Amino acid sequence: MHGRVDQHQGGQGVGARLPRKEDDRLMRGRGQYVADIRLAGMQDVAFVRSPLAHARIRGIHVPEIYRDRVFTAADLVDVNPIRAVSGLPGFKISEQPVLATGKVRQVGELVAMCVAPTRAEAEDIAAAVVLDLEELPAVSDMLQARSPGAPLVHEHWGDNVFLETNFEVDISAALDAPIKVSREITTARQCMAPLEGRGAVASFDHRLDQLTLHTAAQMPHINRTGLAECLGMDQGRIRVISPDVGGGFGQKGILLPEEVCLSWLTMRLGHPVRWIEDRRENLTASANCREHHYKITLYADRNGKLRGIDCEATVDSGAYSSYPFSACLEAAQVASILPGPYVMPAYRCRTFSVATNKCPILPYRGVARTGVCFALELMLDLVAAEAGLEPGEVRLRNLVRPEQMPFDNITNKHFDSGDYPQALQRALKAIDVDALRARQARGEPDGRRIGLGVSIYCEQAAHGTSVYAGWGIPMVPGHEQATARLTPDGGLELRVGVHSHGQSMETTLAQVAHEMLGVDVANVRIILGDTAMTPYSTGTWGSRAAVMAGGAVATACGDLGERIRRIGAKLLQQDIADVEFVGGEVRGVSGSVTLREIAHTWYRRPQDLPPDVDPGGLEVTSGYKPQRDSGTFSYAAHAAVVAVDPDLGTVEILDYVIVEDGGVLINPMVVDGQIFGGLAQGIGTALYEEMPFDAAGQPLATTFADYLLPGPTEVPAPRLDHMETPSPYTRFGVKGIGEGGAIAPPAAIANAVNDALRPFRAELMRSPITPHRVVEAVIAAQDAGRAAA
Amino acid sequence: MKPAPFDYARPRDLDAALTLLGNNASAKVMAGGQSLGPMLNLRLAQPEQIVDITAIDELKLAEISGDELVLGACITHADIEDGRVPDVTGGAMRGVAANIAYRAVRNRGTLGGSLSHADPAADWVSVLTALDARVALRSTSGVRQVALGDFIVGALQSCLKSGELVTAVHVPKRAATAQWGYIKTCRKTGEFAHGQCAVLIDPTTASARIVIGALDAAPVVVAEPAELFGGRIDANYKTTFDVRVADRLLGDAGIVDAAQRHIHVTVMQRALREAA
Ligand SMILES: Cc1cc2nc3c(=O)[nH]c(=O)nc-3n(C[C@H](O)[C@H](O)[C@H](O)COP(=O)(O)OP(=O)(O)OC[C@H]3O[C@@H](n4cnc5c(N)ncnc54)[C@H](O)[C@@H]3O)c2cc1C
Repeated sequence: MHGRVDQHQGGQGVGARLPRKEDDRLMRGRGQYVADIRLAGMQDVAFVRSPLAHARIRGIHVPEIYRDRVFTAADLVDVNPIRAVSGLPGFKISEQPVLATGKVRQVGELVAMCVAPTRAEAEDIAAAVVLDLEELPAVSDMLQARSPGAPLVHEHWGDNVFLETNFEVDISAALDAPIKVSREITTARQCMAPLEGRGAVASFDHRLDQLTLHTAAQMPHINRTGLAECLGMDQGRIRVISPDVGGGFGQKGILLPEEVCLSWLTMRLGHPVRWIEDRRENLTASANCREHHYKITLYADRNGKLRGIDCEATVDSGAYSSYPFSACLEAAQVASILPGPYVMPAYRCRTFSVATNKCPILPYRGVARTGVCFALELMLDLVAAEAGLEPGEVRLRNLVRPEQMPFDNITNKHFDSGDYPQALQRALKAIDVDALRARQARGEPDGRRIGLGVSIYCEQAAHGTSVYAGWGIPMVPGHEQATARLTPDGGLELRVGVHSHGQSMETTLAQVAHEMLGVDVANVRIILGDTAMTPYSTGTWGSRAAVMAGGAVATACGDLGERIRRIGAKLLQQDIADVEFVGGEVRGVSGSVTLREIAHTWYRRPQDLPPDVDPGGLEVTSGYKPQRDSGTFSYAAHAAVVAVDPDLGTVEILDYVIVEDGGVLINPMVVDGQIFGGLAQGIGTALYEEMPFDAAGQPLATTFADYLLPGPTEVPAPRLDHMETPSPYTRFGVKGIGEGGAIAPPAAIANAVNDALRPFRAELMRSPITPHRVVEAVIAAQDAGRAAA
Repeated sequence: MKPAPFDYARPRDLDAALTLLGNNASAKVMAGGQSLGPMLNLRLAQPEQIVDITAIDELKLAEISGDELVLGACITHADIEDGRVPDVTGGAMRGVAANIAYRAVRNRGTLGGSLSHADPAADWVSVLTALDARVALRSTSGVRQVALGDFIVGALQSCLKSGELVTAVHVPKRAATAQWGYIKTCRKTGEFAHGQCAVLIDPTTASARIVIGALDAAPVVVAEPAELFGGRIDANYKTTFDVRVADRLLGDAGIVDAAQRHIHVTVMQRALREAA
């Protein structure tokens, strides 16, 4: 199935390093985002949001002059709450009213909607609305939320646990292992901070009897389905358009209460309305991510061979279950993905998805994998230290070997292909471990400490029906479809249901089409992000678009190519068996006919077609699923060298190596870009990003002055090396690769910092690694040393 | 994040600006807008009247007068970074300016705005305190000069009265024998520092001005600097510096967290080590 069909067709097909088609528009500032949309009569919305994390609503006082400009839950009586239920046994349901009723459960929760000609005036109205709130005790710490007597986010549950899961394979077999290391490990709550925040423009088209919602969304079809359920409307009466999107990363994979509110409002008022999220709303009131806590023990033999892992993981899911991913996807995934590519005979993991008085969480690039990788890879370094081995060596002794592929790991994850030890060995060679150890022994002239950290991640991508049916959440991906249509002048239009918000789909899907049909990529138009124009799809998430939409485009183009060939054969008056379709033309012994001529004949000169031509014409919709839908596994070895200043606590990344295997790469340059961007976000997780809350549930990082993102001077250029082990199951052998860059860096960097601080016996087991935490750890280790002496 | 409604004026002369300020207790000066802009947008500041002072030529003057440099309040960080204004500090100010925030902020942010805003982590706040600068203040009822150490009274608090403006900063000439060191530590390029120390030390006169910034309060001007060096400031100050005394000093300044104290002491030690 894999391998190159096309090297000779002008170098635009699978494997070509083509510059991105969309950049011509985006780099010139000609992208069209939600905030660029202007509709006649459009007014702006600002929301009144809860200033408290937990409170009973005693009253909402709207000044008389604004009575017709302010709407509350009392007005939205015909709107259903957002419900994202998981089918996993024991899951407790949260109902999220789109405007708060009864009580508020998080700071930033929507209480009232104010509409005015401009956003500034709408904010003036919002400021004039007075909330009468009776503050209730809040719970903002997930471990505290789990303990008895904690304030209850949803009283009728009796506790604060959305879902508890347990997975075990004979942990008792590991308990007598000579090496046993235990730690608590924490990753901070983060915001995904896309450059463009959320936003929506709602309007109603009376001609089509259709609500149109422009919204910055990764999965417009899913938003439509969810919206229809909340509004009690037929799905056909709703059109969701997601225009250019300035970064998603998971934060735009949700049905927002704001979207439901605006949809209702435009139907109530009869004119278009819009809401453009500001940065403070995005940081404090949109979905957060990544907050994990692990109590974890690794068991190993003296030689470093893993005997088992025992883990209790808690994820802070926030106040409500987000649609469609639900409040439990993240924690429940932890149990299934923690062992990753490592071989072990015993394993146990209990997980808790916990409700707190904070924003709901959503899966962020890498989903649970970033936390899992952080926990496991930090622990592996401790095993290495106990066993007296290099961190690289301990991993080599436990990684799945290439001859074991395809490989079912202890949680039954099916690894399709790959050579993990080779990736690691290449990374270690590139970083030059021996030279580094020698440098460490010499010491640095400036007194800083050098450290080396490695980490390995794997990323299950494009996992489909069989996996998601098990989660039982509102969205289960099935076959992915694409429509391929030849235009009368021989151009190609592709319609796909996934979206592109940084993934470069307008380029890579055109490359796939070129591979199949030989059409110049410049003549391929990709239509995305509009439920009225594209086949139903669960959208862009889970690193699925290249595999799924790429496969669908290949299938549709293949089917279209067959129709082209048949018409071509007729025009050449040859038997179908005697013609071939290559290089954009149908060739037979008697001559050839170009795609353009074939298109022209079909559309403009049907009189020239033979009477028995296929009436289906030059437009095909076809569907695709990989041979197995358990997912592709891309992976990488990351190796970081850092310099730590033990007195100031600062960390500088001196060198960063990534050896990546994403299967067959459709466009290696695009993949490089994905990895660079992911690395930047991974560095953010490792060193900078944190959304703290106080005990009353107030978010403390309300602007970018407090929520720190890495900038150009904080992100080094990594050294990248690619391996290309094809997936045996997918079209072209492609694997999903969009998220991986963000998964491994926190672990590699933390391991490097801990390696640097080993002479002090200081250890950091939580992200982000801030200067204060480094110095604190060094002081704590010194105090402990003194106490022991 | 849109400001509450306000009136906006951009007068060309100082008297007009002072009159506008004097007439409206809720008026606010805007210089570079780099701090005020966000505060307006977040509705943390809701003035009825904004008086933009950047069109007033008088506030952009820069000249050496006698033994001091007088810099108008609207001189920007970039003006200093690029050497468009004279210098009496042996390049100290230029080096500081180049590391404030990012270039875009430096293009607009002003000396007067930075000092008036009185952010405890602002570079000029501790640097100009260490350089023993004074600010010239003016209102419709008169003018006065205040030493910078007295001007900044707390975190985000100055002694500016209602209707009063900073018109200029007076920076004394640095003695040829005085050595200068300045270190700050930030979580990332362009962020406000969480550890900051400015040192102007002169072994020949056994004197020093040592200012610790980036605290939760106004910068600390070390009252008895000799104590940090075993009782005497001399040419060996880099080695006689006693971290335990410095640590105690920071404890006395109310910093209970040991890691924070350690960072501040380290910054101080390095500012001294760098002094030249
Ligand atoms: C992203 C970012 C990073 C930054 N990083 C740093 C940093 O690392 N170090 C640093 O020192 N600074 C930093 N700053 C602050 C910046 O340097 C500006 O100097 C500072 O914001 C104030 O100057 P301004 O001219 O913009 O004042 P404005 O924002 O216009 O005004 C600030 C305050 O001062 C008052 N004011 C202004 N001028 C006068 C005057 N002449 N008389 C009386 N009152 C006046 C205003 O009413 C207002 O209250 C940063 C700012 C930003 C946005």
